[in-house]
Amino acid sequence: MLPFKSKYPTSTPKVDQGIKVRGEAKYTDDIVMPGMLFAKTVRSSIAHGEILSIQKPKLPEGYYWVDHKDIKGENVVNIIFSDWPVFAEKKVNFIGEPIALIVGPNKGELDRLVNEVKIEYKEETPVFDFTESYIHKAFTKGDIASAKKKAVKVIEEEFSTGYQEQAYLEPQGLLVYYDEEHRVTCVGSVQCPWYVHRAVVRACAIPTEKVRVIQPAVGGAFGGKEHYPSLLAAQLATAMLKINKPIKMCFERPEDITFTTKRHPSKSKYIAYVDKDNNILGMDVQVKLNGGAYKGCSGVVLSRALIACVNVYNIPALNVAGDVYMTNTVPTAAFRGFGSPQTIFASEMFIHHVAKDLGVDPLELRMKYLVKEGDITTNSGKFHDPIILPALIEKAMEMSDYKRKIKEYSKPGCNKGIGMSFFLHGCGFTGSGESDIIKGKVKLIKDEKDIVHVYASSVDMGQGNKTTLKRIVAKNLDIPNEQVVFDNPDTSIIPDSGPTAASRTIIIVGFLMEKAAKNLKKIWKSGVRQEHIEPYVGPSYIKWDEETMQGDAYPSYAWGVNVVEVEFDPITYQIETKGVWSTYDVGRVVDERIAVGQADGGIVQGLGYGYMETMRCEKGRFRQRSLSDYIVPTAEDIPHMETAFIDNPFIYGADGAKGMGELTLVGGAPAIALAIENAIGKKVNDIPCNPEYIMELMKNGKN
Amino acid sequence: MAKIKFTLNHKKLEVEVDPSRRLLDFIREDMHLSGTKEGCGEGSCGACVVLMDGYSVNSCLIPMANVEGHEIITIDEFKNTKEFEVLYAAFSEEGGSQCGFCTPGMIIASQSLLSHNPHPSEEEIRAGLAGNLCRCTGYQAIIQAVKLASEIGGNLWDKK
Repeated sequence: MLPFKSKYPTSTPKVDQGIKVRGEAKYTDDIVMPGMLFAKTVRSSIAHGEILSIQKPKLPEGYYWVDHKDIKGENVVNIIFSDWPVFAEKKVNFIGEPIALIVGPNKGELDRLVNEVKIEYKEETPVFDFTESYIHKAFTKGDIASAKKKAVKVIEEEFSTGYQEQAYLEPQGLLVYYDEEHRVTCVGSVQCPWYVHRAVVRACAIPTEKVRVIQPAVGGAFGGKEHYPSLLAAQLATAMLKINKPIKMCFERPEDITFTTKRHPSKSKYIAYVDKDNNILGMDVQVKLNGGAYKGCSGVVLSRALIACVNVYNIPALNVAGDVYMTNTVPTAAFRGFGSPQTIFASEMFIHHVAKDLGVDPLELRMKYLVKEGDITTNSGKFHDPIILPALIEKAMEMSDYKRKIKEYSKPGCNKGIGMSFFLHGCGFTGSGESDIIKGKVKLIKDEKDIVHVYASSVDMGQGNKTTLKRIVAKNLDIPNEQVVFDNPDTSIIPDSGPTAASRTIIIVGFLMEKAAKNLKKIWKSGVRQEHIEPYVGPSYIKWDEETMQGDAYPSYAWGVNVVEVEFDPITYQIETKGVWSTYDVGRVVDERIAVGQADGGIVQGLGYGYMETMRCEKGRFRQRSLSDYIVPTAEDIPHMETAFIDNPFIYGADGAKGMGELTLVGGAPAIALAIENAIGKKVNDIPCNPEYIMELMKNGKN
Repeated sequence: MAKIKFTLNHKKLEVEVDPSRRLLDFIREDMHLSGTKEGCGEGSCGACVVLMDGYSVNSCLIPMANVEGHEIITIDEFKNTKEFEVLYAAFSEEGGSQCGFCTPGMIIASQSLLSHNPHPSEEEIRAGLAGNLCRCTGYQAIIQAVKLASEIGGNLWDKK
């Protein structure tokens, strides 16, 4: 042992550090099988039109063409709304839409063959703007008509947010082969093994027990590997059924950046109705999301965006409406935060701008509308649990010296700025979805040697759940960590404990683990094989109506405050981040080292979203194709960060824990946008707040 | 094809290879050493970093012709060193590896930094690792791990 004292004395050593730090963890592209072939995608070069003819190149021996004609089942990717074809048949709806695969032994040869494919199209006029709504949702709260009538001031503003690319370090990849029991077996960089499983069953029309999904090491996901791998799996399984050999497809970075799903760009309009005493009587909120060519999961993303549309504020009356628009662009889908980063940015900026327009102190106005336990939620449900947001705010202000700095930096010409965002994140699936739709299960098997094996479909893609879930089991069985085994998920043996998404792993699956371990402990007999399956039973008081969007939107909420300090260069318009302070209520922290890691990584992704990460789509084609032009923060862009957690245990969470994966991202963008606003003295309404936009604001922006 | 002589992980090699073949592909595909990762293929992310004569280089940007006469060390060999042991302890303490895909590159880049600057400041560590992207940690745990390694490593990295 080396001589140092751990600063995380209560944390469990992370179980995967050894193989990861030594470079021994096997990711999809590290897996090599005898006789393995590779695949490359033939893609549409136009944004919208009909395929008239395809001229295939002459394929050398051992090379294969695979397209929609080879699909044995349904030609759709099984996503929440299944409208995305596995391979385009007649119509193509975005640049890069998959039309076929070419499969063969040599990657260089595959590149050559794909480039030789000639496709004749009948082009149709593509749609790129927000004109064709294909999903609409709306709800109201309180009496918005009377709020409008009583208002003496009406303040209206518009906001926009850009694309964000997940930029996981390991690009998408999947390998398909027959295992020893002749099951169609997918090994890949996936977040949700059972999603992939169902996608293969549906596209290939094979029985569920003839499909198997195994998770190798996953090099980051952030939502990007929630649904997209289902497309790859359906394609590769179709190819494998035809060719009968193992086939691997790993994307290179340009292919990954240009053709895989990303965060929905948004435009929103906020209108505040204010009386003569500067009370906000109500708000109108309209949110528009760009869904791309296919709906996929966009309906659920819109739900989350709308539910979060006034963030942590109790606005007495609301009229909320939102649409997802079809455009002939790459479909947008899940990304950490799932709709809420867009509206939390807009609502945090809006309430500041309203305060400025009214000539009142923004902090005072925000504090006045802060939600409290027992308050009515945006969707007319109830905040059932204690809310400790004021304590989080107090602590964050103290850590950052916010009050002194905001005063000092608000003086013109100092080119420094500080911004503070408040935010919440609903944990788990919407409403009672966990109890009614997902119905997650976990299984514990104790073998004859009293070793406990954890069976769950939660994927460790870096967030550390192999360590935390194992710890929860060991703790509740009162046995050492070493007596618990948690291997990567394999659908041939694990139950469906739901997807690794929606910040649900600790609050839902962890809670199940805790209950399962407690129940196993009750029946524990040493030296005997025992098995226990635990189904999810959520809080019965959570009621939600998906149609009307009324009721309790989530079983619980996690809360946070981010403070960011910046310095602005008035010559280059560059922003330098000088300080980051965060406080969070995640219920109770399961493992401090891992929680701090989530907090640090989440906010940096949120900051990138707010001021740096720029992706433009012109006529259906992304201008950014690589990590040299899609810029994410490096170690030099980020200062030292400080994070504090305040306990507020949740009764239905593992040892009181709530979710935290997404929470740590959603406040980053408004915090840095507010800091920039403070530094430049101009209102920020759009992100990314990059130097080009700042230059525009300095010329034409509003004070 | 060309004959290239160089040292890989302390073994002297003489190989017949396309001189434009990327060192990364030679390491991963020809030598079956999978510790070195490919994240971007154009020198932006640092996942493929290896040591070339003790300096970190992006192996995706190095054609085999350019390794003639040089000494290459990958994570697969570096993991057997005392310096690695210290970096490993420090990364484990700080939680420096989350998804792990950037980690081998980060370890190699840290070694390159510490062997040329055994006691770097935080700013110097940030500059030293600026060529290695990480999307999980926000860098803080990695920066602190390198700082901790330089402290607990004693004079391990000091010039002998």
